[in-house]
Amino acid sequence: MLTILFDGIAYGMLLFVLACGLAVTLGLMNFVNLAHGAFAMAGGYVTAVSMNRYGVPFLATLPLAFAVPALLGLALERTLYVWVYSRSHLDQVLFSIGLVFMAVAAVDYFMGSQQQLIQLPSWLQGRVEILGIQVGLYRSFIIVVCGVLVLGLQLILTRSRFGSRLRAAVDDPRVARGLGINVSAVFAATFAVGSGLAGLGGALGAEILGLDPTFPLKFMIYFLIVVTVGGTTSITGPFLASLLLGIADVAGKYYVPSFGGFVIYTLMIVVLVLRPQGLFARAR
Amino acid sequence: MAPPALETVAAALTRKGRWKIGEIVFWLVAFASLFFLPERHLLLNEIAIIGLFAVSLDLILGYAGIVSLGHAAFFGVGAYVAGLTAKHLTGEPLAGLLAAAAAATLLGFVTSFLVLRGADLTRLMVTLGVALVLGEIANQASWLTGGADGLQGIALDPILGTFEFDIFGTTAYAYSLTVLFVLFILARLIVVSPFGLSLRSIRDNSLRARAIGIPVHRRLIAIYMIAAAYAGVAGALLAQTTQFVSLDVLAFHRSADVLLVLVIGGVGYLYGGLVGAVVFKLLQDFLSGLTPQYWQFWIGLVLVVLVLAGRERLTEGARGLWTRPRARQGGSPEPVPTTPMRET
Repeated sequence: MLTILFDGIAYGMLLFVLACGLAVTLGLMNFVNLAHGAFAMAGGYVTAVSMNRYGVPFLATLPLAFAVPALLGLALERTLYVWVYSRSHLDQVLFSIGLVFMAVAAVDYFMGSQQQLIQLPSWLQGRVEILGIQVGLYRSFIIVVCGVLVLGLQLILTRSRFGSRLRAAVDDPRVARGLGINVSAVFAATFAVGSGLAGLGGALGAEILGLDPTFPLKFMIYFLIVVTVGGTTSITGPFLASLLLGIADVAGKYYVPSFGGFVIYTLMIVVLVLRPQGLFARAR
Repeated sequence: MAPPALETVAAALTRKGRWKIGEIVFWLVAFASLFFLPERHLLLNEIAIIGLFAVSLDLILGYAGIVSLGHAAFFGVGAYVAGLTAKHLTGEPLAGLLAAAAAATLLGFVTSFLVLRGADLTRLMVTLGVALVLGEIANQASWLTGGADGLQGIALDPILGTFEFDIFGTTAYAYSLTVLFVLFILARLIVVSPFGLSLRSIRDNSLRARAIGIPVHRRLIAIYMIAAAYAGVAGALLAQTTQFVSLDVLAFHRSADVLLVLVIGGVGYLYGGLVGAVVFKLLQDFLSGLTPQYWQFWIGLVLVVLVLAGRERLTEGARGLWTRPRARQGGSPEPVPTTPMRET
């Protein structure tokens, strides 16, 4: 029982790291980016490839898994996304679905369609018993890493100068520009960090979520659930939502396996119908 | 002052409703292909079905401004209902079509209340969620739907007792094309009616539409149900002509594909779905011949380029074929923008 809760929390933390970039682009920048999962997949593949082909130790691949998608995100943002910010939501959806299709096919072409397996270092394998609860070492590792990330993000967003610039740019881009804030640079940086975090999440989650070319499509709905259910005005909303989703998903799979994803999707629809602005957000 | 205004509107609508040369040629070519392209009837049948599906999406997206990422829900329900009808009740295809349309309409009615809430993003999520839930149900209820193995053993009687389905797909294509034609004419009547006009005003500015006395919610529910019925019929046609239904009919990529089809052809003038279906299927046929596994890449590229290049500009040429005569007469209302207005 408590083990399930623990696994659920780890899963939820992972989801949050994967989705928080989307929370920023979707919630703050009002851009529907269905291709977010593609960046997560990129991170996962960076880790898998550098471990399996070049023998880089797992921990050393994590910074890479952050940097490569971040750079990729930055490049794409500057060259392509920039043109689509001001378009209608329909255009944004079409554009990002197109990117997803391309990413899926390209990865399939270069890497093959099989599952990528990664071998965790031995000190992260196995379980220990703490206070009578079976605790997976790798999952505690994820919780620690993600917890640090969440705290850091929250601090950056609320306390730092960059955070206040971002919030200003989002609230009213025109006035922010008038105040001398380089709005497009702020957006680009935010997009890059969001993509990088997704990549990191993809790398950390390769062992738990699995990694194959259809990853962006499979988990797209999870990311969107986190963001829409959590509401998009803050970072704590998506965080609570992903914890909830993680626990519900793990518990649902354990107790009522035949229902599968059914519970989650139904829950999402109900939440969206009752509170279209998200569970934890104020109505705007 | 009302009668002159009414007359103007009525005259404008009649003018819009008149058949253009291009349209007549289009349908003549479509029916001529029954005789001239006998070896391509299986492909043409698929084009007709996707075309109908895209017309259905155009009704809600192009005319009512409802963005949907889960339109496959209705397609899938129609397919399963038609398949089950043929398997357990009657082999008469038209009865299956009616049953599928009824089931899809019912689903449309129920889900329309979910779709009415919220703005674009919520609609996207809710429609996507509905399709996913249905996919999950179809997967779990394998005693009814066959689950991942698909629904097999669909046997159909000849249409109206006379036209037997053949293996070359000629009957199937004629059947699908006829259904498409009839439903298309119906859709055409709907969009040039005052009802269709009110839908467009809702799409362009729902607040103002409400202010001048249009019952916004009721109109949206109505068009959503109509579109659902169309999608259901399209699904039913697929089930009947292939005599097989798999979970694939409810999959996400089907919703995405139909969106792509409609966008290729252009949104908001009904023929967009048909033109898009032809282009899409030929493209798919061509690309999967080149690289069987990776044609999705090129489809994705087409989407990205379409959006970046501005999809209105590209489809304007095709649109001109149907709308030019009206513009020449002058005095017509200004053209309506095709993208739904962005809600802030």
